[in-house]
Amino acid sequence: MELELKQIRNTLLVRVKGEMDMLVAEKLRKEIDRKLETKQITNLVINLEKVTFIDSSGLGVIIGRYKKISSVSGKMYIVGASTSVRKILMFSGINKLISLYNNEQDIINI
Amino acid sequence: MNMKNYVRFEFPSVPENVSFARSCVGAFATQLDCTLEEIEEIKLVVSEAVSNSIIHGYKNQPHGKVLVMATILDDRIMEIMIEDKGIGIADVKQAMEPSFSSDPGRMGLGFTFMKSFMDELEVVSQPGEGTNIKLKRCFLVKDKEALA
Repeated sequence: MELELKQIRNTLLVRVKGEMDMLVAEKLRKEIDRKLETKQITNLVINLEKVTFIDSSGLGVIIGRYKKISSVSGKMYIVGASTSVRKILMFSGINKLISLYNNEQDIINI
Repeated sequence: MNMKNYVRFEFPSVPENVSFARSCVGAFATQLDCTLEEIEEIKLVVSEAVSNSIIHGYKNQPHGKVLVMATILDDRIMEIMIEDKGIGIADVKQAMEPSFSSDPGRMGLGFTFMKSFMDELEVVSQPGEGTNIKLKRCFLVKDKEALA
């Protein structure tokens, strides 16, 4: 898994590449939390465009970060999920809590 | 029912092997008459079952062993068995409830995925003796064949 974290004002953009399973869940959780805890972040954008696989360990990281950002009245967005990843997100019900967008540009336009 | 083919492998309970296990069973499933979407579902359930063995069965300790066996019974039926000798599950019924997790940081979706994407799920577990999970999936008859 490759991870790119970018802060734009109060927004943290996280681009994930590879498979989101238990092997990478802990690293992902720690890297995102370090930013959330030390920076003034109120928007969290997770870009899953290059994620080829997700299971409940990966979903756990997403829902955990959602709880964290919500506790400071922040917002979270998921962008670019492929058809197979989107299917799992919808099956888990995460899409009822976090809005799914096609690409990063769509969020800038909100 | 006749067994057409099978694959059986065992590995230590380290997270690196979750990806290996699901890829291996997914590649084996291509021998069946099934779609790529169905193979993705097979990979997901294997990932969930193996992750459960490592996280819950062996409490993330690397000394355990996980056994995976995938069997093709005919062109449309696949059986997958995942076995560990970990701590076992005290209350299988409770563990299989949606959103139940013994770990508050997890979503408790593993068994829900297994139940939803497979046609049969059997969990045999005893505290202190480990857990054996049997999954069975019958792939649908393709439209072109149904019409022939």
